[in-house]
Amino acid sequence: MSAGVGVHPEDMDSRDVDLGRRAALRFGGLTLAFLWTGVSGNVSAAMNARRQPDDAAAALADGNPPFAPNAFIRIHADGAVRLVMPNVEMGQGIYTGACMLLAEELDVGMDQITVEHAPPDESLYSMPLLGGQITGGSTSTRGQWQVLREAGAVARSLLVAAAAQRWGVDPAGCSVSRGVIVHTASKRTLTYGAVARAAAALPEPGKVSLKDPQAFALIGKRLRRVDSADKVSGAAQFGIDVKVPGMKIATVKACPTLGGRVRGIDDRRTRAIPGVVAVLQLDGAVAVVGEHFWAAKRGLDALDIAWDHGDNADLSTALLWQGLADHSSVGKPIVARAVGEKPVDGKVLNAVYRSPMLAHATMEPLNATVWVTAEKCEIWVGTQVPTRCVGIAAKITGLPESKIVLHNQFLGGGFGRRLESDSVEQAVNLAKQVNYPLKVIWTREEDIRHDIVRPMYYDRISAIVDGSGLPVWYSYRVTGATVLARWAPLAMGKNGLDDDTVECAAELPYDIPNLDVEWVRRDMPEGVVVGWWRGVGPTHNLFVVESFMDELAHAAGQDPLDYRRRLLKKNPRSLALLELAAEKIGWHSTSLPPRVGRGIALGEPFGSRVCVIVEAAVSAQGEVRLRRVVAALDCGIIINPSSVEAQIQGGLLFGLSAALYSGITLANGAIEQSNFHDYRNLRINEAPTIELYCIDSTAKPGGLGEVGTAIAAPALANALFAATGVRLRSLPVDRNLLVQDTAVLKQVVGENHEQPMPPAASQTAT
Amino acid sequence: MFVLKINGETRSVDVPADMPMLWVLRDILGLTGTKFGCGIAQCGACTVHLDGQAVRSCVLPVSSVGVRAITTIEAVGETPAGQRIQQAWLDVDVVQCGYCQPGQIMSATALLAHNADPTDGDIDAAMAGNICRCGTYVRIRAAIKQAATGKLVAPQSIAPQPIPPPNGTAA
Repeated sequence: MSAGVGVHPEDMDSRDVDLGRRAALRFGGLTLAFLWTGVSGNVSAAMNARRQPDDAAAALADGNPPFAPNAFIRIHADGAVRLVMPNVEMGQGIYTGACMLLAEELDVGMDQITVEHAPPDESLYSMPLLGGQITGGSTSTRGQWQVLREAGAVARSLLVAAAAQRWGVDPAGCSVSRGVIVHTASKRTLTYGAVARAAAALPEPGKVSLKDPQAFALIGKRLRRVDSADKVSGAAQFGIDVKVPGMKIATVKACPTLGGRVRGIDDRRTRAIPGVVAVLQLDGAVAVVGEHFWAAKRGLDALDIAWDHGDNADLSTALLWQGLADHSSVGKPIVARAVGEKPVDGKVLNAVYRSPMLAHATMEPLNATVWVTAEKCEIWVGTQVPTRCVGIAAKITGLPESKIVLHNQFLGGGFGRRLESDSVEQAVNLAKQVNYPLKVIWTREEDIRHDIVRPMYYDRISAIVDGSGLPVWYSYRVTGATVLARWAPLAMGKNGLDDDTVECAAELPYDIPNLDVEWVRRDMPEGVVVGWWRGVGPTHNLFVVESFMDELAHAAGQDPLDYRRRLLKKNPRSLALLELAAEKIGWHSTSLPPRVGRGIALGEPFGSRVCVIVEAAVSAQGEVRLRRVVAALDCGIIINPSSVEAQIQGGLLFGLSAALYSGITLANGAIEQSNFHDYRNLRINEAPTIELYCIDSTAKPGGLGEVGTAIAAPALANALFAATGVRLRSLPVDRNLLVQDTAVLKQVVGENHEQPMPPAASQTAT
Repeated sequence: MFVLKINGETRSVDVPADMPMLWVLRDILGLTGTKFGCGIAQCGACTVHLDGQAVRSCVLPVSSVGVRAITTIEAVGETPAGQRIQQAWLDVDVVQCGYCQPGQIMSATALLAHNADPTDGDIDAAMAGNICRCGTYVRIRAAIKQAATGKLVAPQSIAPQPIPPPNGTAA
């Protein structure tokens, strides 16, 4: 899965690392949108390869191993190696990647380690790119690539020094293989376990050298995930699987009208149900506690609840769209990026695009288990923001943060939903009302109806093209709500800009001399809370920008591939991806049947570069079938090719699923969708084949978790245009617009779209 | 009181007659490998075997089970088809978040037990009831083919056993 070689010296890392120096990590504007500077306003400590003030206490709480040189590595006298994972594992494969970085420099095999979830501790596990112990924004590998290798090298250096000291030899004369130190000249050996205690007493090395990439034993290899075995056997424990002695189970219902409150309840029928233990109330929600989930669920279904629907009682999606459209004209734009001047002459093209609200629908519904006593509060949950959950629990219970014990779990999907702590806050508020451990499980209906949705956007995009059809000016006005202003207000730009809203639109891969990119902030009504989603800004902006590039190509009468080539002359890295994807799918060399089309999309999201071509067929009745997807990727150096492939495949399917089916709508202030029957998702019979071709590179790693998702929708929309001539400027795909002609709707839809439809005249009208 | 045959053992449970098997397994018997995803048989995360047939345990009342044998993810590896499917899942490295995978594996095992050489269409028909939000479908298809044929399905598969699985992730 490699093609071509791209070495970019400017992106190479220094391999001699002065551990006394914390170099500022520069990753460009892409991650700044996600930067969070902590509640105090100061940038909090980032994870460090060396010993930190909190390390001793953390290691003591973690089995007190004889050798714990930093927050990530624990080595026991019997040689057992435990690695503590600073990020959370929600499917993206970061545990495997982090272990590979640590084990590479530590010189141990992946079969010699066990893996642990990190406890909440900002001073030990803060992500360099996010300024907090947060997993998100496709930042984990980018942020850890250097520091975790350093952490492994520091540990190795100390262990080798301890062995050399015992032998009375120069450490430079020693080597390590699979946790065994060898003195080359005398062939004497010592295991890591045998020198663990001695190594812990040595002073830290001032400088360590990292391996030359040529010497990598693990990085770049196609290795199995460290969590696969437990996930295949069913043994992996997710938050929802936690068992605490004496635990009861609750399920909840918040006012369906967003922002509404509980006016009153009649729980007589509920309390008559066997197994129901308690009925609890919060301001905006009710919970029924049972001996098991089924009692809680039946009890909740039997509960008579009177709601105060509040200010959103008449709110609808149509009203929200109207508000966005109006505000796009009259609202005050914030300039994100302006270059050059708008030309006076030239042909003007305009379009308006709409992107819907989206739910996350993680396979594991939201849940949290909480036990509040007078002395402490214990929480078991899978969360992307463990320290935020601790802070909230402290506030609610009045206990100091040191008395909040959070046990992180495997996450059954995150996609940004578990960057929020609303469900944990609710569970703590419920658990503090009872004297037993309480597991709160949201039904799928609750999970969809009270998702913190991806914002909806109304976007105007324009270009002025020259005589050859190429854009000499481009303008883009995004209108929508901000996630950042609520989630990390201190990360907002001085001019009030939320960078996320224009990410991948302010900086295009293409050479366009003049441009004007703006955002008009339009907050949602109180109670309609919007949040992160897989790809957020880039997912929305790439749909608009790359669809519009296709529009420009067709307006110029040019092939979309050739058109993009002409705009990429100054961008060889992205041009190489365009050429690679086109070659692999046979863009010019294969012909397609009627109503089958291919669409290109190209982007540079999350510090990576990607080009995707989707091949789709559209039946006469407007049904879409995905035939094939080819992706070309330049994500810098590849840690684990298997993980890269999985993230691109999965990310693409997540984005295609949303583009084909997903949209959250409101009626009477309530989300209309509730479960997988009306919030559809792509199924295996609808999944295309996906081929991935990667550029061999030694550049620093780019992000991956959201890259495939961000580039999926425009490639699909452009393919549907190629197949039907219909330009889709809003999502999800409206099949009514793709119907060949209305007469075919009277025909029975064939199961097999490969079969050409018989002439209409021979069909029996139904 | 219901007497059930679960993973080869006889278990007695004192639960309401309408209680779905999913919650009997998870909350009464502590078998949490079977997952809750939707509660309305739309996602397949709760799939178990009832006399070898894949069924959605979230809509299967305990009172309807009778003498039929229930097999869950915890014991499916004891069947030849289950063992081959789980091995292929490891070789191809199918899982991502892993939450839907017990259900995927139960559906795939039932397919393989009844159809030794499934076509793409057979796989689609048997697996379309199991949603994966991480999008592991490409590898699920590859793993089922590998389990059926014994042949590696490059390029979308991982080399078999490049490393032994870890001793288990401590949590």
